[in-house]
Amino acid sequence: MATIAAPAGQRSGLLARPIAPTGVWSWLTTVDHKRIGILYGTTAFVFLLIGGLEALLMRTQLAVPNGRLVGPEEFNSLFTMHGTTMIFLVVMPLSAAFFNYIVPLQIGARDVAFPRLNAFSYWVFLSGALLMHFSFIAQSVPNMGWFAYANLTEKTFSPTPAVDYWVVGLQVLGVGSLAAGFNFLVTILQLRAPGMSLMRMPLFTWTTFVTSILIVLAFPVITVALIELMFDRLFGTLFFNTSGLNGDPIVWQHLFWVFGHPEVYILILPAMGIVSEIIPVFSRKPLFGYPFMVYAVASIGFLSFTVWAHHMFTTGLGPIATAFFAASTMLIAVPTGIKIFNWASTLWGGSISLTTPMLCALGFVTMFTIGGITGVMHASPPVDTQHQDTYFVVAHFHYVLFGGSIFALFGGIYYWWPKITGRFLGESLGKLQFWLMFIGFNLTFGPMHFLGVDGMPRRIYTYPDGLGWNLWNIVATIGAYTIGVAIIVFITNVIRSMRNGEIAGADPWDGMTLEWTIPSPPPHYNFETIPTVHGRDPLWLQKHPQLDGHGPGGQAAPATAMQHAEQEGGHEHPHMPDPSYWPLFAALGLLVAGAGILMTASSTGYTMLVVTGVGLFILLVGIFGWSLEPVNG
Amino acid sequence: MTAQNSLRPRLLILCWLLLLTASLSGCTAFADRTAPQSTVFPLSDWGRSIQDLYSLVFLMSIPVFIGVEGFIVYAVVRFRRRASDELPNQVHGNTRLEVAWTVIPSIVLLIIAIPTISAIFYSDAPPASAQNVLKVTVIGHQWWWEFHYPDLGVSTANELHLPAGRTASFELKSADVIHSFWVPRMGGKVDVVPTRANHMWFTPDANAVGVYPGQCVEFCGIQHANMRLDLVVDTPSDFEAWTQRQKANAVQPTGGAEQQGAAAFMDATRGLCFSCHAIRGTEAKGTIGPDLTHVGSRRMIAAGILENTPANMQKWIQHSQDIKPGSKMGRPVGNGFQNLAVTDADAAAIAAYVFSLK
Repeated sequence: MATIAAPAGQRSGLLARPIAPTGVWSWLTTVDHKRIGILYGTTAFVFLLIGGLEALLMRTQLAVPNGRLVGPEEFNSLFTMHGTTMIFLVVMPLSAAFFNYIVPLQIGARDVAFPRLNAFSYWVFLSGALLMHFSFIAQSVPNMGWFAYANLTEKTFSPTPAVDYWVVGLQVLGVGSLAAGFNFLVTILQLRAPGMSLMRMPLFTWTTFVTSILIVLAFPVITVALIELMFDRLFGTLFFNTSGLNGDPIVWQHLFWVFGHPEVYILILPAMGIVSEIIPVFSRKPLFGYPFMVYAVASIGFLSFTVWAHHMFTTGLGPIATAFFAASTMLIAVPTGIKIFNWASTLWGGSISLTTPMLCALGFVTMFTIGGITGVMHASPPVDTQHQDTYFVVAHFHYVLFGGSIFALFGGIYYWWPKITGRFLGESLGKLQFWLMFIGFNLTFGPMHFLGVDGMPRRIYTYPDGLGWNLWNIVATIGAYTIGVAIIVFITNVIRSMRNGEIAGADPWDGMTLEWTIPSPPPHYNFETIPTVHGRDPLWLQKHPQLDGHGPGGQAAPATAMQHAEQEGGHEHPHMPDPSYWPLFAALGLLVAGAGILMTASSTGYTMLVVTGVGLFILLVGIFGWSLEPVNG
Repeated sequence: MTAQNSLRPRLLILCWLLLLTASLSGCTAFADRTAPQSTVFPLSDWGRSIQDLYSLVFLMSIPVFIGVEGFIVYAVVRFRRRASDELPNQVHGNTRLEVAWTVIPSIVLLIIAIPTISAIFYSDAPPASAQNVLKVTVIGHQWWWEFHYPDLGVSTANELHLPAGRTASFELKSADVIHSFWVPRMGGKVDVVPTRANHMWFTPDANAVGVYPGQCVEFCGIQHANMRLDLVVDTPSDFEAWTQRQKANAVQPTGGAEQQGAAAFMDATRGLCFSCHAIRGTEAKGTIGPDLTHVGSRRMIAAGILENTPANMQKWIQHSQDIKPGSKMGRPVGNGFQNLAVTDADAAAIAAYVFSLK
C-alpha cells in the first residue's frame, strides 16, 4: 500500500501516470471513453476496407464460371478471413465505438465505470486482430471457414498453423470483448444520471446493455470451445478428434452456435439501437411504443440463447430437437416484428426529414425486413435442408448484417459525426454514398437469393458452366464493385469534413437525448455538472415543455431541467481519471503470450511455450502495476 | 426550390419501391427451371413435401413484405417535413395496436409451424413402402463420393444410379471430415458426419428418368468446390442392366495399350495407382481413391468435374494437381500433393486401360 500513498502531484518514478495531452503517447495511454471510441471506430474502418477487399477478390473470382484469379487455398482463406473480419473486427468494434463514445453521453456520465479496463479492452482487441493477421505474413492464413467446423480443424486435416492463428486471435479478441461487456454492464447500471431510471434510458443504451449481457454470457462458451480446439491441436487431446472414436465433431457445432447465435444478436442489437435513436429525431416524434421496444430487445436477447441448433438442422439432430429449435426460431420473429412495426409507426404522422442518417436508418428497416422474412423461411427445417449452405443463406444473413448492421452503423456515423468532430459530413456526398450503397447492396445480395434457389452452394472457389448461375454471379460482382465505389465516396466525405466540414453546433439535428446538450466535440469531462433527468428524451422535454406529463415515463418535469449546466458554468472543471500506461502494457502481455502459442504451433516441441510464459508474466506485471498505480494530483 | 426539393426524394422513393418490387417478383420469375440444381422444381416425394412448405411460407411472406415495405415508403412520402418548425402530434404508442402485432404474427407463425413439424416427422420416419426399398450407403471422402448398394453387392463412385419410382433409403457416413450430401432436384441435404450414421430417403418420380447433378455442400477442405456427383435416375430395366454390369469383376485386357496400361497401373515405379485405387478382380485394393472397377462406364471423372474421355483421363492422371489443386490424386509432398510423375506413354496406356473398364 505504500506505493500508492505517493503524495498528490508527484509525477516522477516508474509508476507515475502519463500526462501528455496530445501526440501519440496521449492516444496510447488514454482512458477517455471518447478517444477509445475513436480508436475502436478507426480500427474497425481499416478492417472494413480489408474485409471489403477480400469480398471484392471473391466476387471477382466468382464473376464467371471456372474463375482463375485465385486458387482454392487462397479463396478458402478469403472467405474465412472475410467472415471473421467483418464479424469480429468490423461490426463488433464499430458497435463498440458507439458504446464507448455515446453511451456515457446518453446516460449523463463523465466516463465508463472502469476507464482503464476500457483502454485494456481496446488494446486487447487490437492484439487479437494483429495476431490473426500475422497469418498473412506467415503465409498461413486461416482457411477453414469462420465457423471452423471440427474435425476439419484437427491436425490430421489442417496440418499447417493456419487454424492456430484463428484460434489464438479469436481467443484474445474474446478477452477484450468480455472486458468491454462487463464494463458497459456496470457503467449502465451504476453511472446513470440522477432520475434516469432504466425505463427512461435511450434505446441505444438499452441495446448496449442487452448486448453486453449477451457478450458476457456467450463469449465464455466460445472461450471453452477454443481452448479445447487449441489443446487438440497443440497437445493431442481428443475433444473433436474422431480418429479414436473419442471426440465428437458435432459437439463443436453446439458450442460454436451456442456462442454464435447470440453473436448474431450482438451484431444486430446495437444497430437496432442506433436506428431507434435516428428515426424519432428525424420524425420529430418519440419512439412509438418505447416499453414494447425495450421488452422486444430483452426477449430477443433471451431467445437468442434458445435457437442455436437452427444452424444444425441438417446434421441429424432427430425430430424432437429439430421441431423444438424450429419453434423457438420462429418465436424470435415475434419480438423482431414488433420492432419493425414500431419503427414504422414512429414514422407515421411524423415530420420526416430524409437526411443521410435517416436514409441509412430507413435502409436498415426495409432491408432488415427482407432478411427477417427469409429468416422465417429457413426457420422451417425441411425448407432449410434446401437453403442451408447455399447462396440463399448468404443472401439472408447479408440482408441482416449488411442491409441491417452496416447500414445502421453508417447511419450512426453520419448521425453522431457532428457530435464527435464538431463538423458535419457532407449531405450531398452522404446521400450519394447511401444510394450507391443501397443499389450496390441489392445488386450484390438480391441475386444471391436466386443463386441459392438454383442450387449454388457457398464456400466454393469455382463452379462449372451450365448450371444456370452465370448471369446472377456477374450481376452480384457488379453490385460488389458499386459498394466499393460507395465506400470511396464515404472516405472522400470524411476527408472533406475534416478539412472544412460545416461546423455543427451542440444540437445539429434537433435531438432528444443528453448527448446533444453538451458542446460538439464534447469537452474531456463531458458534463460540467451531471444533469438531472426528469423523463424519457430529456432534451426533447426541455425543448417542448408543454409535453410534460404526457406519455409514459414522462412525469411532470421542471422547465429548467437542463439549465443547470449554464448556471453552474465557470466552476473549476471536474477531475477526470489520468491516462495510464498499464492497460497497453497488460494487453502487450496477451499479445506476446498469443504469439508464443503461435510459435509453438509452428514449430515442433514445446520450447516456444516459454514465450507464452514471458507474455503471461508481462500481463501479471501489468495487472500489478495497474492496481498499484498512483493518482495524479 | 421547394418544388424540386419535394419532388426529388419522391422520385428516389419511387425507384426504391420499384427495386423492392423487382426483387420480390424476381424471387418467383427468375427461379430457373433449367437450372440443373434448382431447389424449387422437385422430382421426388421428399422434394415435393419441402417445396409445398416453401410455397406456403413464400406465399405468406408476400403480404408481409408488401405490407411492411409499402407502409414505410408510404409513411415516408406522406409525412415528409413541410415546415422547418412543425411539431407533429407526439404519439407515444398504442397498446392495442402493439398487442395486435404481437398476436397476429404469432398466429401466422403457428400456421407455418404446424405443417413444418409434420414434415419433420414425415421425413424422419422410415419410408412407408418399407419392403421394396433400395438401400444405399453413401460415404463422403475428401473430395469424392463412394456409393454402396449392400443388397446388390455393387460399389461405385461419384455416379449414383437409382431406379425411377422406387424408394431409396440412404445411410450416410464419412471417411474423414463432415460433408453434406445433396441432390437438389430430389430434396434437401443431410450432413455426412464421422462417428455417426445419418439417414434420408426419397422416391424419384416414375417419370424422372435423367441425370441430376449434386454436390457436397458442407465445407470440407481445399477441394470442397469440386466434390460433385451425378445422380442417374434409370428406368427399372436400365437399372437392372446397370446393376448386372456393375456386379461383375473387371474384365482384364489381353493385349494392346490397355494391357500395357494395366501393367503400369500395378507397377510401383510407373503408376503406383493400385496403392490408392481398387479394381475388383485384380490385386489393386487401395481405398483412398474411388473404386475403378467400372470407371469406364461413368459419365464424369475427378468427382464430377471432367467429362470421361481417354484424353481427359490422361490429363487427369498427369495434371491432377493443376485440375484439382490439393486433391489426393497425386504424390504426397510435405503437407500437400504434386502431380504424379507418370510418363506420357504410361499415362496414355493407363488411361486406355481404365477407360476400357466399362
